[in-house]
Amino acid sequence: MKADADPLINATGIAMSFGRRQILSGVDLAVRAGEIVALIGPNGSGKSTLARILLGVLKPDAGIVTRQAALRLGYVPQRLPLDTVLPITVGRLMSLTNRVDAGRMAEALAEVGAAGLAEATVPELSGGELQRVLIARALLRDPDLLVLDEPTANVDFNGQIALYELIHGIRDRRGCGVLTISHDLHLVMSATDRVICLNAHICCEGRPEAVSRHPAYVALFGARAAENLAVYTHDHDHDHTLHGEVVPAPPQHDSHDDPAAQTKEKTPQP
Amino acid sequence: MIGIDNFLVLALLGGIGVAVVAGPLGCFVVWRRMAYFGDSLAHSALLGVTLGFVLSINLTLGIALTCIGFAVVIVALQEQHRIATDTLLGILSHTALSCGLVVLSLMDHVRVDLLGYLFGDILAITPGDIIVIYSGGAGVLLVLAGIWRPLLALTVHEELARAEGVPALRTRLIFTLLLAVVIALSMKIIGILLITSLLIIPAATARRFARSPESMAIMSSGFGALSVTGGLLISLQWDTPSGPSIVVAAFALFLASLMFGGRRGSLAPPPRAG
Repeated sequence: MKADADPLINATGIAMSFGRRQILSGVDLAVRAGEIVALIGPNGSGKSTLARILLGVLKPDAGIVTRQAALRLGYVPQRLPLDTVLPITVGRLMSLTNRVDAGRMAEALAEVGAAGLAEATVPELSGGELQRVLIARALLRDPDLLVLDEPTANVDFNGQIALYELIHGIRDRRGCGVLTISHDLHLVMSATDRVICLNAHICCEGRPEAVSRHPAYVALFGARAAENLAVYTHDHDHDHTLHGEVVPAPPQHDSHDDPAAQTKEKTPQP
Repeated sequence: MIGIDNFLVLALLGGIGVAVVAGPLGCFVVWRRMAYFGDSLAHSALLGVTLGFVLSINLTLGIALTCIGFAVVIVALQEQHRIATDTLLGILSHTALSCGLVVLSLMDHVRVDLLGYLFGDILAITPGDIIVIYSGGAGVLLVLAGIWRPLLALTVHEELARAEGVPALRTRLIFTLLLAVVIALSMKIIGILLITSLLIIPAATARRFARSPESMAIMSSGFGALSVTGGLLISLQWDTPSGPSIVVAAFALFLASLMFGGRRGSLAPPPRAG
């Protein structure tokens, strides 16, 4: 039988391209029970694509994703694309693919601090409320692994802190694994067990403090990001996106001079 | 000899039948932002008319077959992600429309009332059409009821639904086929160029009042039926083409809903994340 340390989900050697553009190459990623992992990367770094591959929505060109047997996955999307045009209540949203009774629904809403919202219509919700409702919706599936896409994208600063406290609480209570996808460095860094920094390949990986000092991280997000985690620029990334290829790494890019970061060296495919 | 009253009854029966079926499908067209897709599908219908003449088969069947073929090609090409969907639709729909017109004009032995196909012709409705509309329409509504939950889930968030095991491609394909059938059924009433409006305007009107997806679907059937009734009366009274008259009536209802409806829904796209 599987030991506790066995990952809930384990992806190895993931590669993906759209047309001639290589989005991901040689990506390894595993999430274990009780662990909060943050996948960070600038826009266009392939983090959403990787998330879709892990969710089983997209098939990678190469590589294998193995899930623990009968893994229950809870997915929390960033937002709903149709939230004003489609009249739908929170209760209906929560039972969209699974019928659930009102009691369980109320419990899940209470757990995320959104009690009493079941009758509200989705367009009436604030960004933070919608995020909590979507988390509650995922909790109804009693997930072993919770995947959250940019959970704080539409939430104000205080709301973001509250959301991360909520995610922590869920992990502590339920012991599930959590994978958040974000470019929100500041908050991610302070609230996760492990950070994986992605830009088509995994640049560096490790504990938040270690990653924030890692040369590859500094190269990707800029020196200012290392000094002040709340501030970073996309400047380095734009070349990367426009050319559609991985920009040649600076000399220190994939070096191992910070052992705490457990850097994984990945050479992008041409 | 059929009197004017019988024409009116047939036209009303046919028009209301089409509107009731178009209502729920139109809601999905609005929710899924597929207005342009519906337009393209409808344009391809003229190729179906031509096909019907060339092969000497029933026109409704010819249209349904062409639209279904068109729909399958579009869905398949969309899966490839090679070319942006709106570009693809723009190329295919106008090519289909133009090919239909060119071939029709080459067929000297066929005298075609082109305006009737483009803008609808209530006088062309026969009792046989009514049977086709009602049996086809009932079939469409039954199948739609069958895929309602997965289709709604995919509409709310496609990846979320797929991650939770909703079969996306199959559901999307079935929905597209239903749309093709509705276009074939409604061509005589409202015409190829205007079919999308019967899908979209009643749904947009219903949005102001609805609190659930189902209530919006039912209301949009009702508003569609009202539009058809009003439009046909205008058409008979002033001898205007039926299709544009129905669209004018539908638009009048939409305007009224803006003025008198609740302030609940907005048809604007949601705000983007910053």
